[in-house]
Amino acid sequence: MGLIARALLVFFLALPAYAQQKFITVASTTSTEQSGLFKHLLPAFEQKTGIQVRVVALGTGQALDMARRGDADVVFVHAKPLEEKFVAEGFGVQRFEVMYNDFVLVGPKSDPAKVAGGRNILEAFQKIQKSQAPFASRGDKSGTHFAEVELWKAAGVDIAKDKSAWYRETGSGMGPTLNTASGMNAYALTDRGTWLSFKNRGDLVIAVEGDQRLFNQYGVMLVNPAKHPHVKKAEGQAFVDWVISPEGQKAIAEYKINGEQLFFPNAKK
Amino acid sequence: MSAILPLSLRDVSFTAGGRTIIDRVSFELAAGPRTVILGANGAGKSVLMRLMHGLLTPSQGSISWQGENPGRRQAMVFQRPVMLRRSALANVVYALKLAGTRDAGKIAIAALADVGLSQIAHRPARVLSGGEQQRLALARAWALKPEVLFLDEPTANLDPSATREIEAAIQKVHAGGTKVVMTTHNLGQARRLGDEVLFIHQGRLAERSPVERFFKQPGSAEAEAFIKGELPWV
Amino acid sequence: MGEIARSFAGAASLIFSGDATLASIVLLSLKVSLSAVVLATLLGLPLGAAIAVGRFPGRRAVIVLLNSLMGLPPVVVGLVVYLLLSRAGPLGEFGLLFTPPAMVMAQTVLILPIIAALCRQAVEDAWIEYQEQLRSLGAQGMRAAATLLWDIRFSLLTAILAGLGRASAEVGAVMIVGGNIDGVTRVMTTAIALETSKGDLPLALSLGIVLITLVLILNAAAYWVKEAAQKRYG
Repeated sequence: MGLIARALLVFFLALPAYAQQKFITVASTTSTEQSGLFKHLLPAFEQKTGIQVRVVALGTGQALDMARRGDADVVFVHAKPLEEKFVAEGFGVQRFEVMYNDFVLVGPKSDPAKVAGGRNILEAFQKIQKSQAPFASRGDKSGTHFAEVELWKAAGVDIAKDKSAWYRETGSGMGPTLNTASGMNAYALTDRGTWLSFKNRGDLVIAVEGDQRLFNQYGVMLVNPAKHPHVKKAEGQAFVDWVISPEGQKAIAEYKINGEQLFFPNAKK
Repeated sequence: MSAILPLSLRDVSFTAGGRTIIDRVSFELAAGPRTVILGANGAGKSVLMRLMHGLLTPSQGSISWQGENPGRRQAMVFQRPVMLRRSALANVVYALKLAGTRDAGKIAIAALADVGLSQIAHRPARVLSGGEQQRLALARAWALKPEVLFLDEPTANLDPSATREIEAAIQKVHAGGTKVVMTTHNLGQARRLGDEVLFIHQGRLAERSPVERFFKQPGSAEAEAFIKGELPWV
Repeated sequence: MGEIARSFAGAASLIFSGDATLASIVLLSLKVSLSAVVLATLLGLPLGAAIAVGRFPGRRAVIVLLNSLMGLPPVVVGLVVYLLLSRAGPLGEFGLLFTPPAMVMAQTVLILPIIAALCRQAVEDAWIEYQEQLRSLGAQGMRAAATLLWDIRFSLLTAILAGLGRASAEVGAVMIVGGNIDGVTRVMTTAIALETSKGDLPLALSLGIVLITLVLILNAAAYWVKEAAQKRYG
């Protein structure tokens, strides 16, 4: 038995030395990671501070739950009411606004619900529900899903009651949901970042964009060391500070896909 | 002086699957004479040997050796030997090491020489011929110089020349002082190798006599029929 | 059809480009899965052998349970290990979540039943052939099981390769306990999942082809070693 324990120890230690460099764990969302923002942003921070940033990308709900359990040092998501609740519950120290991006409604070129070109998302949602055109929803407790549900509410549609075969909940991330939408020529609400990098569009195009209600605010919070003493307070705070600093904000603005800026920094000065 | 003989069986019975395979058998095996257990197929010879060796437990009656637990002082060679996937020498060494022998390597080499297998010591045991494997099994069992060597139909699967080699080895075993107890259904072999015969018929000990008397003047009708070749099966 | 052809071309160019990111992902995949296989083998072979030769109450229930655990869903294993390693969980203080060791742990749990169950079956089958001879030579319990394990080592290779296949193919467990962190815990399967969800299907398929090629090479190497060794040992 002792031989086995020793063998176990040797194997775990022989694996890549992962704990030698300083690092923090940031819980963020799949859509943020898949937009490619972190690949652009983090090297600058790492170079400046020597702190490696390890991003675990989940749905917003999962990211916040993970932080509640103490498995992350910083949270970087986009669901303001949920974030404020997180701080109110004592799990987050303070919420800082960082940037915003926007959602767009994509749909098939054939546009069965006749919403293309519009600038009013609520009208578009009402038309889709009336015409029962197929709609792919994330249905996964994410920030995007949360925003979508709020829009249905604002459009006067009780989506929990009024949904039927036309409303498909995939229970998955933005990419897989878009895959599904592309596969069945359905409408879907997506963040612009994911859309710009999405390569499997099929017949989908942007149907509605530019409505103020489609703006998507990001917030960053340090997980409260009072609740979880092992949280890397100094390094985590360094990341929060940097992201809302002029330097970090500039780096965010500089991130472009095909020449288009995705995220608009708006940290309060 | 033997430490484990005589072996006595008292009213030993063995039942399995509702059948009585060995039926109230009693006898004593003393050191010295080569004992051949003779009988038709299905008479119970192999089961009787396994009972004596200790692989099976009697359903009734008792089997007792003299003195303490015989351990490796009695060994057995099976009709079909099972060799480990290693060299012939390694197979013998394995058996010796199990018994805690020192200098297992040297003793094993000598054991192989005793049965004329020195040249194939390093060949994989499993690719040896049937006769060679049986000789190896004999060397493995005999390496520890047991007091009793059980052999269950040792040449039943072998060709005549291999049979001759095994019989020669068995003579050597006897000459070395080991008590030989052998089952066979081959009458000629029994005459060649045996000093006394235990004739088993339908699980009972039907007759026990010195070998020549058994063949010239069988005491029972069943023995007579067997010798005449009229009783191949039970 | 064209898409698949492009993916094969893509896979080839990925491999020959010597891309550093791909190289580190492949290396990590190998380290994690091979470590899990080694651990699961060290634990699973004795476990399977012990169940095969042992006789204890509830043995049949244990065998059924072990066989059923072969079908453990990777995502469930990932979830359970996550809850164990989470800071809120019993082993949280070690800070192992989202690290390669956590992935090794999860995969070991996943493939341990496969290796143990297949080993148990192989040992049990061989036990029928070896049992009498081993008992006769004086090998008991775990000593006999160990001898048997070494003797059937070539058949056991199949069980080990089955474990390796399962480990290299699964994504559910490593995704949850590893977090698919870029440069830290991203392996081939989680990279494929990521590219698929990003809609970059050709890249995902190319990575898939690289993964399958890798596993093919490992299996071919194992087969070649087995053939060569079997020729030597019979």
